[in-house]
Amino acid sequence: MNFDPRFSGRKFSSVGTRPIRPDGVDKVTGRARYGADFNMAGQLVGRVLRSPHAHAVIKSVDTSKAEKLAGVKAVITAKDLPDLTDGDTAMYDILDNSMARKKALYDGHAVAAVAAIDARTARQALKLIEVDYEVLPHVTDVDEAAQHHAPLIDDTIYTEGLEEKPAKPSNVTKRTQFGHGDVHSGFAKADFIVERSFKTEQTHQGYIEPHACVASVNADGTADLWVCTQGHFVYRQHCAQLLGMEASKLRVTSSEIGGGFGGKTHVWAEPVALALSRKAGRPVKLVMTRDEVFRASGPTSATSIDVKIGARKDGTITAAEATLRYSCGPYAGSWAEIGAMTAFACYKLENVKTVGYEVLVNRPKTAAYRAPSAPMAAFAVESVVDELAKELGMDAVDFRIRNAAQEGTRSSYGPVYGPIGIGPTLEAVKNHPHMKAPLKANQGRGMACGFWFNFGGQTCTDLNIGMDGSVSLAVGTVDVGGSRASLSLVAAEELGIDYSQVKAIVADTSSLGYNDMTDGSRGTFSSSMATISAARNAILILRERAAQTWDIPVDDVVWEKGHAIAKGEKYGNLSPLSLKDIAAASGKTGGPIAGHSELVADGAGVSFATHICDVAVDPETGSTRVIRYTVVQDAGKAVHPTYVEGQYQGGAAQGIGWALNEEYIYGKDGRLQNAGFLDYRIPVCSDLPMIDTQILEIPNPNHPYGVRGVGETSIVPPLAAIANAVSNAVGVRMTHIPMSPPRILAALEAEREG
Amino acid sequence: MVEVTLWGSLSTVAGGKAKHEIEAKDIRELFRKLAEQYPGIEPWIDRGIAVAIDGTIYRDTWSKELPPGAEIFLLPRLAGG
Repeated sequence: MNFDPRFSGRKFSSVGTRPIRPDGVDKVTGRARYGADFNMAGQLVGRVLRSPHAHAVIKSVDTSKAEKLAGVKAVITAKDLPDLTDGDTAMYDILDNSMARKKALYDGHAVAAVAAIDARTARQALKLIEVDYEVLPHVTDVDEAAQHHAPLIDDTIYTEGLEEKPAKPSNVTKRTQFGHGDVHSGFAKADFIVERSFKTEQTHQGYIEPHACVASVNADGTADLWVCTQGHFVYRQHCAQLLGMEASKLRVTSSEIGGGFGGKTHVWAEPVALALSRKAGRPVKLVMTRDEVFRASGPTSATSIDVKIGARKDGTITAAEATLRYSCGPYAGSWAEIGAMTAFACYKLENVKTVGYEVLVNRPKTAAYRAPSAPMAAFAVESVVDELAKELGMDAVDFRIRNAAQEGTRSSYGPVYGPIGIGPTLEAVKNHPHMKAPLKANQGRGMACGFWFNFGGQTCTDLNIGMDGSVSLAVGTVDVGGSRASLSLVAAEELGIDYSQVKAIVADTSSLGYNDMTDGSRGTFSSSMATISAARNAILILRERAAQTWDIPVDDVVWEKGHAIAKGEKYGNLSPLSLKDIAAASGKTGGPIAGHSELVADGAGVSFATHICDVAVDPETGSTRVIRYTVVQDAGKAVHPTYVEGQYQGGAAQGIGWALNEEYIYGKDGRLQNAGFLDYRIPVCSDLPMIDTQILEIPNPNHPYGVRGVGETSIVPPLAAIANAVSNAVGVRMTHIPMSPPRILAALEAEREG
Repeated sequence: MVEVTLWGSLSTVAGGKAKHEIEAKDIRELFRKLAEQYPGIEPWIDRGIAVAIDGTIYRDTWSKELPPGAEIFLLPRLAGG
């Protein structure tokens, strides 16, 4: 790769405009094909049998009766997915999570699956499978699971990251620590110290489209998989490894995606569908029900967090400390680690220490959810920051401005920051009319900051110029938020042509080189870099073809505004050649014209946001309504501002649901009690105000256009901003998310009783 | 010679030291030399370590040069959503 990613400060023609998205018409007319919309001739219906127990040994699985049922074409258990992971524990966990092997580890864990000619037969077959369980004690609460006496979920796990190897296994899989300075001496210098403990409950990403796929394994060992995913190349790698296939023989095509937010970065149903198809010799369609999505896909962690912050009278923070316990489900993860890294990232701190503990529980395997782990840490920290500002008698925004990280600050997770946007977002909030608007009785205002890393990754892009001058752009990052429009703008910008001349598609795994998935807010950041590179490679060929046509040296040809121009007075009689002109003649000048790019898009800039929220709380019912909400966030450069605003609004909306209503509720039997949208309440349009947005553009020095990721940071501040608003409205510090009506009433009652 | 800082947990498998002086021209050589000196670090490298060079985080560009005097900080490789 010979590509200079540094920010160039150029002026833009297409980037920054707001054209209609290329996938828009299909989506509003219902023609767009999502995961469950794909069908094949002769396809079977797949269904999964799931454990009703939170923790149980699987003594035996008898599938004989189900196999004899007319219409059943295949029944599989863990025996049909043998362990081919060769000591790779992360892959083994994925395998075991797809189909339980020795133990069922949570309510909803898959234990067998069938493929039948129709759904009714498949459901009947599931009832005929006999599973002999030995039910074990379970634990679903993160704090209880971390206790020494808690039921052990995996007796081979000993806590990692301790100075001495522990003598006994534990549900605490790992301890991590970050920070610098000396918090003890820092707290000794503080005039005011606030210390509190917080809890957040487990939530689901709540994507509207359930997991869905069609798998077709052919007799020659090749296979196709059509699937709703955030990363079809990653799904190919994982499925091929789990099924013992060569990756090149498995072609994966991603469908349109009805939301993912991190929840579609892991395989669950896909290896099962492929194993069923392999056994049945026919295509198998597997679509999760909503109940299955809740019980058996990947929600976020439940957490328990202690925070202590001290400050001098002048408002300078002298020390900050947090201990964070995050649930991982029944498999080891690194969720508390991320929380520990992000917790204090907004601030300039001389003395800071964070410790994270990863905790196993009998719940579904935790998956990423939009800036995973950061919102919970921000909730705890920003609540204490707000309380400390009050103790000091300082305005909450001014206190944050005084302590905000800036270029040259050593971050709480280690490195020194380059140019960053926390200060500008705070200044914008300080000056925003929202902060000055009057409030009525029982209303409260809160604000909070948030941080997320963003990252890039492996990226491959093809840009093909048709003979009519139209441009096809094939990318490998799944479009989760309008990236086909953004990338078309980038291609148009580089080539100097109109947006309407570019058509972007997401290519399948056999048509393009490997791409990491669309996560870490990397879709537009990474693929725009690859698109710029591919377009510049195509421009080189366009210049060569023009030079050939004119019979002059290629170095004398420049590319400007979509045209090849012969530079210099000696070429005064040569009229510029447009991209269309050169494309039309391409058959006689060397054949098709294309640009290709493969690169690792590293250097994604970190991102900051500050949110303002007004709420109205009914003191009699504890019901909360968000009445005004403003998002201020740094985008680096907004390629398509409408879709950047959409990301800001979407993150805020999800954060509002998380803050006020959403939670996994488990019974004493370890079973999920609210696996459906009636009982697990996500906000709908009528619950929300118009979410106002303000885009700041502090260029990322490591991207030619200055682009930063924008998809995740917007969910980091809402929990804290809303908690601060509710606390201000009711006069009681809220410490448990979600702040559902019963919890608010309980907090008010506790306050009254002293 | 560059000075490399390891995050807290990683330092437990690197002799308990957070700061290390390593002669390395790029990330690849840095990882190789760390693994030679501290074999316990190898599984961590396999699982993924990100390298912050003067505040910019690199996850996969192992050919990235380590400029003399630059601040080099090793971090866990992150998941995203």
